[in-house]
Amino acid sequence: MRHRLYPLEELEDIPGTKVFTARRSRQAYHLHKFCMSLMNADNRKRFRTDERAYLDTFRMSEEQKQAVLDRDFNRLIDLGGNIYFLVKLSNTDGWSTQKAVGSMTGMTADEYAAMMRAGGRAPEGNRSIRDKT
Amino acid sequence: MARITAGIATSHVPAIGAAFDQGRDGDEYWRPVFAGYDWVKEWVKDNTPDVVILCYNDHASAMMLDIVPTFALGFAEEFEPADEGWGARPVPTVIGHPDLAAHLAEQLVIDEFDLTIMNQMDVDHGLTVPLSLVFGKAEEWPCKVIPLAVNVTQFPTPSGERCWQLGAAIGDAVAAYPEDLNVQIWGTGGMSHQLQGPRAGLINPEFDNAFLDKLLDETDDLRRITRLEYLREAGSEGIELIMWLIMRAALGRKVEQLHRFYHVPASNTAVGHIVLQPAD
Repeated sequence: MRHRLYPLEELEDIPGTKVFTARRSRQAYHLHKFCMSLMNADNRKRFRTDERAYLDTFRMSEEQKQAVLDRDFNRLIDLGGNIYFLVKLSNTDGWSTQKAVGSMTGMTADEYAAMMRAGGRAPEGNRSIRDKT
Repeated sequence: MARITAGIATSHVPAIGAAFDQGRDGDEYWRPVFAGYDWVKEWVKDNTPDVVILCYNDHASAMMLDIVPTFALGFAEEFEPADEGWGARPVPTVIGHPDLAAHLAEQLVIDEFDLTIMNQMDVDHGLTVPLSLVFGKAEEWPCKVIPLAVNVTQFPTPSGERCWQLGAAIGDAVAAYPEDLNVQIWGTGGMSHQLQGPRAGLINPEFDNAFLDKLLDETDDLRRITRLEYLREAGSEGIELIMWLIMRAALGRKVEQLHRFYHVPASNTAVGHIVLQPAD
């Protein structure tokens, strides 16, 4: 066997974090195809005109479509999504990246912005689920 | 002979680009960020390179959907700024250097790095925000740019050690290019930040500052940082720092630090910036 520095399961041990793997990438392929379509102004207009109808032109799962309609970014990440694709959606909505990212923390946008101004979230207690470090 | 004359590293936060484009760089929030780049803007006037080899990551703008290359080298004559969902940044077209890019591709593949060649791609904030921070407002960029996109998004990313080795090979390849060219290498992204989930907003100044310290002459420690350690310590997007190792390795064994800056926050991110020159 080849040497590995750590078992890959360790990647699941980080609190509040989903590591974007090849499997997740495949799971979210059509969701991400929708996200990247929003890099075109005509597509953004079509999406804004009728979100549901536009989403139905993609082979996304119903859960993914609903999470897009709900702008539920945590759910979208649970369903395989990656933030670099998903910000195409929040950019289309005119949201700042901070607003999109902060929406996943359970804090209000103002609370999240204040936390960042105060130096951000400390790593203490946020490194490992198992070790609580 | 071509030579690498300096290395620059900087974060490439999209909100910095938006603040820059909308003229908000003097705001109370943004002034301390942009002030960290006053030094390099002055310095680069007398130290404008012919070409920058610019290591960055594509943020699902030109790749990462259908094709996920580990290392992708920009081969085109021109690269247009990407529309990331709110229209393209109003910055100049990036002009490439296909001949040096071809030389790099040949040398690096011979040196066992299996690069992907990009004959067509748009470049996103990962590449254009560093250009704005260093060169400021410009009608056209004052130098050619060879984009080198690194997968830091889909796991597994290349390791820090692999990035180091690539940087060292880039240094050798540039030195073997026959034309007399002043080349800089830039590493971008980082520092600590996490853009997803309940842990979003993670910032680790201790990790970041140790990284900046060790970038000078304790680089063996940096080469040993695992992907897992980046995730735990620097957040899920902090692993962009592996691109700084490409820059550092290309400069050779010894470097002199000309400038260093660290600031929290810019949007969700700890901003780091360093200017180094080879001292061997």
